[in-house]
Amino acid sequence: MTTAVVTGIGIAAPNGLGTDNFWAATLRGQSGIDTLRRFDVSGYPSRLGGEIDGFDPADHLPGRLIPQTDRMTQIALAASDWALADAGVAAETYDTTQMGVATAGASGGLEYGQRELDTLWTAGPQHVSVYMSFAWFYAVNTGQISIRHGLRGPAGVVVSDQAGGLDAVGQARRNIRKGARLIVSGGMDSSFCPYGWVSRISAGTLSRSDDPSSAYLPFDVRAQGHVPGEGGAILVVEDAQAARARGARAYGEVAGYGATFDAAARHGGGRGLRRAVEAALADAGAAAADIGVVFADGSGTPEDDRAEAETITAVFGPGAVPVTVPKTMTGRMNSGGAPTDLACALLALRDGIVPPTINVRTIAPGYDIDLVIGQPRPWRPGAALVMSRGKGGFNSAIVLCPAAQVLSGAPTDEIRDPHRTRLEE
Amino acid sequence: MHSIRSRGGAAVNGRRAVITGLGVVAPGGVGTKAFWQAITSGRTATRLITAFDAAAFRSRIAAEVDFDPAAAELSHREIRRLDRAAQFALVATRETLSDSGLELSRLDPARVGVSIGTAVGCTCKLEAEYLVLSDTGREWLVDHSYTSPHLHDYYMPGSMAAEIAWEVNAQGPVTAVSAGCTSGLDALGHAVDLIREGTVDVMVAGGTEAPISPITVACFDAIKATSPSTDDAAHAMRPFDRTRTGFVLGEGAAVLLVEAEEHARARDARIYAEITGFASRSNAYHMTGLRPDGTELAAAVTAALDESKLPPDAIDYVNAHGTATKQNDRHETAALKKALGEHAYRIPVSSIKSMIGHSLGAIGSIEIAACALAIDQGIVPPTANLTEPDPELDLDYVPLEAREQHLGAVLSVGSGFGGFQSAMVLARPRSRAA
Repeated sequence: MTTAVVTGIGIAAPNGLGTDNFWAATLRGQSGIDTLRRFDVSGYPSRLGGEIDGFDPADHLPGRLIPQTDRMTQIALAASDWALADAGVAAETYDTTQMGVATAGASGGLEYGQRELDTLWTAGPQHVSVYMSFAWFYAVNTGQISIRHGLRGPAGVVVSDQAGGLDAVGQARRNIRKGARLIVSGGMDSSFCPYGWVSRISAGTLSRSDDPSSAYLPFDVRAQGHVPGEGGAILVVEDAQAARARGARAYGEVAGYGATFDAAARHGGGRGLRRAVEAALADAGAAAADIGVVFADGSGTPEDDRAEAETITAVFGPGAVPVTVPKTMTGRMNSGGAPTDLACALLALRDGIVPPTINVRTIAPGYDIDLVIGQPRPWRPGAALVMSRGKGGFNSAIVLCPAAQVLSGAPTDEIRDPHRTRLEE
Repeated sequence: MHSIRSRGGAAVNGRRAVITGLGVVAPGGVGTKAFWQAITSGRTATRLITAFDAAAFRSRIAAEVDFDPAAAELSHREIRRLDRAAQFALVATRETLSDSGLELSRLDPARVGVSIGTAVGCTCKLEAEYLVLSDTGREWLVDHSYTSPHLHDYYMPGSMAAEIAWEVNAQGPVTAVSAGCTSGLDALGHAVDLIREGTVDVMVAGGTEAPISPITVACFDAIKATSPSTDDAAHAMRPFDRTRTGFVLGEGAAVLLVEAEEHARARDARIYAEITGFASRSNAYHMTGLRPDGTELAAAVTAALDESKLPPDAIDYVNAHGTATKQNDRHETAALKKALGEHAYRIPVSSIKSMIGHSLGAIGSIEIAACALAIDQGIVPPTANLTEPDPELDLDYVPLEAREQHLGAVLSVGSGFGGFQSAMVLARPRSRAA
């Protein structure tokens, strides 16, 4: 079967713009969470967010694009530039029909939408922007990225809340297996506008704390919800053989993917998250012991944390694998969150270091997980698992492994060594 | 015509995807039967907007569904909680399940998935809730004390796929697909992929849209894509006609049961058609503009035919995108000629949007339902309102009246904002002995 590897990364996160800034901040444990400044949040029950500082679209985009695009699209376009440059891909690298786009969205360009809703209802329909029809809808990032880079191959957009970021990469791999050479994937969300904010509050899972150091504490005894973030990551997913042929460096392979849904609460049956993880492992031809690190979804609400901790323990055994939630530094970025975790996992593979979970001090009783708290932890890079869940019941999981490593068939002794990640503890 | 020829059909891992259930909510009639009767009789459902007072708008016409949620057997809670688009999808889902004869309790829920297309999500509810929270657009800092407990579901339209998954106990892959106006085709294409790769046996897949709200109407007003022919609403959408003036916004849903062929055969299901191929491409050109030569749409058609292992001349009918904008109808005609060659001139090409309007992310699925019925019934639905042919557009667009014709394989195409171009090929099911 065709192998899909990630050859380019573009990250725009609240704790760092660009891969280098983001990764340095993440390894330092530096958070981008603070009181939201984009609009006056003082009247709302939740006031903290992971906001991207210092992103001026004029630095990255032609002037004519700026009035046509929501902030999340502007950030996505810049990140797509970075990802393709990182991959060393130019317009002529492949036939343009062999390059496509698959992104995830969750809320579309809602800040733009809110502005135009105001215009419609206060000034009248003839004042609504000619760009509104495509600035708000959920397909906008895929469309704009395809135009900006001349990618004329398969195009797709999935919407499955936080899980969508992994589903998009699963879709990218599927299209590579069907013959595309390269798919620009990932996800980016913002909607840091009052309407978007209130919409998130309505889900009932936002932290109400005003203390950035204790508002979002996945797996902690004090867990009380999450903090939203804006941003995400754009990844270049490429046919491994084609990438090798052009001498590209691969960060890692998208080795396994699984997606499930939790309808069990109404209908009975097992928990979907575990099935998603097991499906991703099986798809990768990996055993649980092959996985050297888990990037958890880390919802930050006790019920979800418990379900996730139990899943990890059930699959890997108590405390058997390092688990981390770098999202504690960015907030949960909707469809951008899981692609950023994929990027973190790939950088962890590159550098042999697992980024930390910050602010968490005391893991809630009964969660038998080895959470990487406070400091990054060195590891001998093996396979990594990224998990993500979306509101409503979406679960997705991806297994990444070093590009040269082949898990299916016969894992090497090194991969089977369950202690390899602890060597430097 | 090319009805008796060897049919193709792509089988990955030997698995083929077939349509075994139909559920349609469309302007002109709720339910598949009413829909099929309406479009084969050439009856148009476009009219002056009744959903809200549209006096201030450039285009005041829509193809609305006369939808009574209580009569459609939605519960009080479903009616209160769900956006109109989600209500359509739920009603269509219940119909498709009943039509398919599938007994959910006999399935492994992990082998059942959901893929629902939508372009603009829960727009009606998003706008309605916004008016309350913002005091009719006057307060930028909206007042959260008026928030609906279901607002997050409207904000993130994957909730509609989740709703269907809860309904049918799908515990496999579930997602919404939102690629603008090709969403309905793309959602079905995704379903076919999942079946072929062996991840699932059954997909509840389709598209839903309820965009007839002031903000969506204003969006299309702003770019003059919709027809302003207010004085004759019933004939406002005239695809391929010399006097065409743009599309009429529509609404509705189609949810199909897409099933692995072996699974369908094992339970002796009625098979409407096989989905033999699907492809999507980007024109990478413009968010709303189309290159007149139709290269990328043609490429999508060719790729869908390749996947179907069918030559262009196996296609007996094309369900056109046919949005009646000046540029679309030209673009599409060029693309069909490019992909099908001379054969394009020999087969019927029709746009049912002339009757039921353009329901954005739903229409692709509604059109696939129409294609499945066309194969099953041997009837080509017409293009309504096509009375003055455009000399530039020289294919057989099936004006005004349906035709009886045996159909072996049919093609449906879609094109949308963002540059998305999609094509899907359906074929008559293999005989059991095959």
